[in-house]
Amino acid sequence: MIEWIKSSLNRRALFGAALATGVGAKVAAGTKHHGKMTTVGSVDNEGNGFDPHDILTDWDSGQISTRSDGRTVREFALSAIDHEIEIAPNLRFSAWTYNGRVPGPTLRVTEGDIVRVEFTNYGSHAHNIHFHGIHSAAMDGLPGIGEVEPGESFLYEFEALPFGCHLYHCHSMPLSRHVHKGLYGAFIIDPDPARNLEFADVARSRLLGSAENDHWQELLMVMNGFDVNFDEENEVYAVNSIAHAFSKEPIKIDRTRPVRVYLINITEFDPINSFHLHANFFQYFDHGTTLNPTSTTIDTVMQCQGQRGILEFTFADHEPGKYMFHAHQTEFAEQGWTGFFDVS
Amino acid sequence: MRSNKLWSYGLIPIGAALLFFLAVRALDVMRSEMPPAIGELTVERVEINPTGFAAKIRANSREPMIIAQVMVDSAYWVFSQSPPGQLSRGDSATIKIDFPWVASETHHLKFVTSVGETFEHTIDVALPTPRFSVRSIGDYALLGVLVGLIPVALGMFSFPMLRALGAQGLEFVLALTVGLLVYLLVDMTFDGLEIADRASSIYGNQLLVIIPGLLTLMALQSLSSISNVRDDGARIAMLIAIGIGLHNFGEGLVIGASFATNKAALGLFLVAGFTLHNITEGVGLVAPLTAEKVRWHLFLMLAFIAGLPAVPGIWVGAYSFAPHWAAIYFGVGVGAIAQVVVEIDRFVQIERDPQSARTRFSRISVSGYCAGAGLMYGTALLISV
Repeated sequence: MIEWIKSSLNRRALFGAALATGVGAKVAAGTKHHGKMTTVGSVDNEGNGFDPHDILTDWDSGQISTRSDGRTVREFALSAIDHEIEIAPNLRFSAWTYNGRVPGPTLRVTEGDIVRVEFTNYGSHAHNIHFHGIHSAAMDGLPGIGEVEPGESFLYEFEALPFGCHLYHCHSMPLSRHVHKGLYGAFIIDPDPARNLEFADVARSRLLGSAENDHWQELLMVMNGFDVNFDEENEVYAVNSIAHAFSKEPIKIDRTRPVRVYLINITEFDPINSFHLHANFFQYFDHGTTLNPTSTTIDTVMQCQGQRGILEFTFADHEPGKYMFHAHQTEFAEQGWTGFFDVS
Repeated sequence: MRSNKLWSYGLIPIGAALLFFLAVRALDVMRSEMPPAIGELTVERVEINPTGFAAKIRANSREPMIIAQVMVDSAYWVFSQSPPGQLSRGDSATIKIDFPWVASETHHLKFVTSVGETFEHTIDVALPTPRFSVRSIGDYALLGVLVGLIPVALGMFSFPMLRALGAQGLEFVLALTVGLLVYLLVDMTFDGLEIADRASSIYGNQLLVIIPGLLTLMALQSLSSISNVRDDGARIAMLIAIGIGLHNFGEGLVIGASFATNKAALGLFLVAGFTLHNITEGVGLVAPLTAEKVRWHLFLMLAFIAGLPAVPGIWVGAYSFAPHWAAIYFGVGVGAIAQVVVEIDRFVQIERDPQSARTRFSRISVSGYCAGAGLMYGTALLISV
């Protein structure tokens, strides 16, 4: 009796008694809201000048030539340009870009090539390029050594080593703002089969242009984020800059061909990002600098800023359908970093 | 002739001002120098229904605002805006979000504009907003009667006791009424200012309360000084009833709005507290009548005027609360109560001794003021809304 009185006097019961509005206390079940957790509308990729779907595969091999000593030379031209981009439908962000796109051009060379990057700064602040790779201090892209003022140029030159999935980004100060505003891009060095005789087959399958490589579906995914209200936290997370780009327009995967993802994390403000694949597991090559995998059967891999790697998996034994992939920081997934593989 | 000259001369400054205004706009003198517009988005009301939220928003920004995306609990969610399109300064719209909210839990809304400004609004306790239905109208009416009318009527039962008091006792009780009313005045002022803060700053924030308050005070004062109705207890009691009625409408507004936003701590505590609070008001209501011959239907009228407004107050607060209107309403209430205080003061002076200025600050009066305000404060402690 006492318990009944106590429970009937509790706040909720009194609220109901006081109101007795008869409002249906049932809230719609979650299933009705499936598909409602997304940004509304679609981004004008033409207006942006780049398309996240194109960035998946637009490897830039540069201007190839042969030096007098027989070395292959790859020349690229990168410019820092201030450009306002649309990162989610109707949401604009004032970005600093390499060549008007975020991420910047994907530079793809072969191990041992001589890489020459002519960098011109058309932006409003001093910028430079810092490559993740092996090079001399003079080519390191540090303030004081290789800082390029607006209107000036600088020529970066170094040998492409080691092979792997790397990146480049601005290293001007304040570093977080220069990185976060969009000055980054992928820098991939394919292994040379001649230099890796023990795993020449694997190396060949990674060499852009080889027959073995053509069999693979290779995708570049740069995980990034945007802080639109300057509170030092990201409000938008994405792969290749556009929130929900691959959930609104899934990536088509051919079951008969294996998939290789070059995954790079350049998200600012959050210590780590991650990639989780649904219904399947992958091999992971940390930094892509090895020809045998770092992890052989995982479905979630974590990367801190600047970390990157190569994921290899196949849907050969899977039924056709849509397979989701997303960050397993659910907050990132809910704020734009979600996609689908449309396997057929 | 003269009026024609007035009109034509009047056109000169108006025309000149208009020309100047148009010229400045055409020349766009300052525009390129202006920094990015930092806007304000006010969420005036959020309705929670079984499928999600409907938020009434108002924009206040130099440039038109576009709501690009909406987040609920840090996740982008599908939303619709009606009317769609950009929001110029002062424009309002309703944002509907289908969302499976969890009963009694907190949810955070974040509106992201096209330039990256974010505006947050927290729903402290998610519960369905009372819908307009015959049943809820009746329930609210009952609540209003319980909270407003009955306590005031109970307080009025003290009339025989007051009548038995001597002249000094009456002086005390009238001073108690003044103390009571001053308490209500201060309480309403601060409540009104707090509500005004929730309104869009387009409306002038605190001015929403202050200006109507002062205007009401002056208007009522001029009305009462030009009317020739003789000063008698019944008239004073009527004015007090109107003042208390306005306050009770405001109380109802706050109670109703609390139900709608689920910020209320409800239940027995609420009703008990308001009962004691309003009983005191009932005592103050009949104090001026002790020296008069009074017909019973006057009591009835006074009780209704003072107590019933809680009912429409709860209705308006629950179904259509808008902070700017509520703030204006509170301002008017404050002005009205202030004017009633002036009236009582005048009544006491005339009633007691026109020659003596001592009455206003006599020991009895001052203790009366303290008792009135203190009693109201004490009973208010029992209410937590």
